[in-house]
Amino acid sequence: MAITPPSERIWWRQPIARVELIWIVVAFFWGLFMFFMMIYWHGAGEQNLSNEAYQIKPLRFAEHANAMIDEYTVREENGFPVVHPPPGDDIYLIARLWQWWPILELEKDQTYRLHLSSMDWQHGFSLQPVNINVQVHPGYDMVVTIKPDQLGEYGVVCNEFCGIGHHNMVGKIYVVE
Amino acid sequence: MSNLVDYRTCPTTGLGVDKSAEKLIKANAVAAVVFLAIGGLFGLLVALTRWPAVHFLPADWFYLALTAHGLDVLLVWIIFFEMAILYFASAILLNSRLAGPKWAWAGFGLMLAGALITNVAVLRGQSSVMFTSYVPMMAEPIFYLGIILFAVGALFGCFVFFGTLVIAKRDKTYEGSVPLVTFGAVTAAIIAVFTIASGAIILIPTLLWSLGFVAHIDPLVYKTIWWGMGHSSQQINVSAHVAVWYAIAAMVFGAKPLSEKVSRTAFLMYILFLQLASAHHMLVEPGFSSEWKIFNTSYAMYLAVLGSMVHGMTVPGSIEAAQRSRGLTKGLFEWLRKAPWSNPAFAGMFMSLVFFGFIGGISGVVMGTEQINLIMHNTLYVPGHFHGTVVAGTTLAFMAITYLLVPLIFRRELMMKKLAMWQPYVFGFGVAGISVFMMGAGTLGVARRHWDMTFADAQLPFDYPSAAFLMMGLNGIFAIMAALGGLMFIVIVVGSVFFGKRLADDEKPSYPDVPPQAAAVSHYGDAETLRIPGTAFLVGIFFVAFVLYYFVNWKYLSEIWPLS
Repeated sequence: MAITPPSERIWWRQPIARVELIWIVVAFFWGLFMFFMMIYWHGAGEQNLSNEAYQIKPLRFAEHANAMIDEYTVREENGFPVVHPPPGDDIYLIARLWQWWPILELEKDQTYRLHLSSMDWQHGFSLQPVNINVQVHPGYDMVVTIKPDQLGEYGVVCNEFCGIGHHNMVGKIYVVE
Repeated sequence: MSNLVDYRTCPTTGLGVDKSAEKLIKANAVAAVVFLAIGGLFGLLVALTRWPAVHFLPADWFYLALTAHGLDVLLVWIIFFEMAILYFASAILLNSRLAGPKWAWAGFGLMLAGALITNVAVLRGQSSVMFTSYVPMMAEPIFYLGIILFAVGALFGCFVFFGTLVIAKRDKTYEGSVPLVTFGAVTAAIIAVFTIASGAIILIPTLLWSLGFVAHIDPLVYKTIWWGMGHSSQQINVSAHVAVWYAIAAMVFGAKPLSEKVSRTAFLMYILFLQLASAHHMLVEPGFSSEWKIFNTSYAMYLAVLGSMVHGMTVPGSIEAAQRSRGLTKGLFEWLRKAPWSNPAFAGMFMSLVFFGFIGGISGVVMGTEQINLIMHNTLYVPGHFHGTVVAGTTLAFMAITYLLVPLIFRRELMMKKLAMWQPYVFGFGVAGISVFMMGAGTLGVARRHWDMTFADAQLPFDYPSAAFLMMGLNGIFAIMAALGGLMFIVIVVGSVFFGKRLADDEKPSYPDVPPQAAAVSHYGDAETLRIPGTAFLVGIFFVAFVLYYFVNWKYLSEIWPLS
């Protein structure tokens, strides 16, 4: 029994039943398959998170973002600037207690280098309803190259707990022609 | 030395039982159940708040209750119970005296003090930082202090366990190798030492930081090392509850492992690879390379997952083999149909096995895939997954073995047997519902740790799809069911321990039924004659479900915006 010492003293010499052996082999190769699937997707798939990130002081990040906002703001909405940067550009989204700043307006099927960083605590960038989720740290600039492929209005929810106003931290991204 | 130890003889096994070990098992189990009750209550409050139609607590209380829920059940209940299991798997199963009972009591005292201190810190309202307490968000110093004390106490327990193994070996209290269950407990204890070391490495500087002695804790370093504790501590649970599955299979059916070699190697895989799982929490963080993520998130090519998949066959397989040797050989499933489904120890154990594999296990591997994590990270899918592993898996297994420990260790007849018969089903299906519906809501994007999914007070509006609201309502209903199951467990166990009929020293407990000739069935068959077609069929269903679900999620991933 499993609660008594093995009945065969030399238990490591006991043969393994065929059914167990088959399952071990199947499970082992399934594991290998899942392992190589991740590598394969880096070549063949279109959804891979970049490894590009930099350490940055929060104030420095805010300067980059403000420069973009000053240059490309096209209108205002509920007190938020709506920024329409040129395709291919570096774009910045500030996470802070408790806002995603500014509202970004992007063009469909164009590529942008999206920079994410936090001014204070950790936040969670959760683009809805697309359901893309990336962690945002203070002191780190994460660069994600995105290509919005559907028109519409998207919500940016914070999904890392960031204090009492956490559930009010909602931002917006527009995708237009 | 050993002649000073006070033994009694167990009428069920004939083994000597060190009374100091028995007292420690009782103390740890009682403390565990108390914190299960407290933490479970907080969990119910959380679920009722996330039910949009009820929305029970105000925001500050919600975040407080969620912090307390995580600490009390994920950490305190489980580690206290694991201490009881360590003492049981060493002193009791090995027929030995316990090493340094005074150290074990000191450890118990530290754990209790730490748990109380951290609970006080959370209830004071200034430490609603969640179980994970990610920096730079800061809790009160005593919040970290309590967790550190608790961890040091648990470390004492681990070393008492290792010491007991040494004494048992030296005194030759058993023949040959340690039992498989003890081997599983060794696995758990080794992982526990690694876990506690990780916790100390990160929480001690964090304590100093909250006291003002350290200026800065890097949030990425914190997270990486914290999860060396946070995720590895869940691997203690896995090792411990797999050991409990084997123990219940042995105690209820007299089941013998199909192959000691295979089962022990599977545990060894846990020791070697489970600690890499910190990476599961770093898949969408800045600053890690894909190579690092892929190697670590897969536990080195899924070798630890292989261990779990092996246990997934060998545990039910050993039960099937034992049942078939008793003549239950008709068809694929007579052995399972005629299993003692009214025995809560078996029912709880078998549901724990099935839910852990199908709900917790599959979802964990899928979510831990480097790219797929993008569509799940920090959504409710995450708590959906770990309620499948830690609650439907670990907690249900621990509840199941409690039904055997009450008569064997507490020497009390179990009370309210009818209620006990239903308890694993009410709790098990309640938790399965919680897991599934939270995973469903997470797939629809709903954030975890979030007070208001309607965003009523946000500056910018956003609406989740209406199906997500339905999911959260169903989650609330199943949470009530699970809470009811938890309450039943506590009433039965507390009632039996304090008011159950006391068993005489030489009296065997009548319930739950343990086969009297358990040892006799341990000599069936060998590798050549072993037949477990029913288990093979069930494992086949599991594998098909796993593969399908895996590819469905790659399909979901391929539909989101291109990223690089």
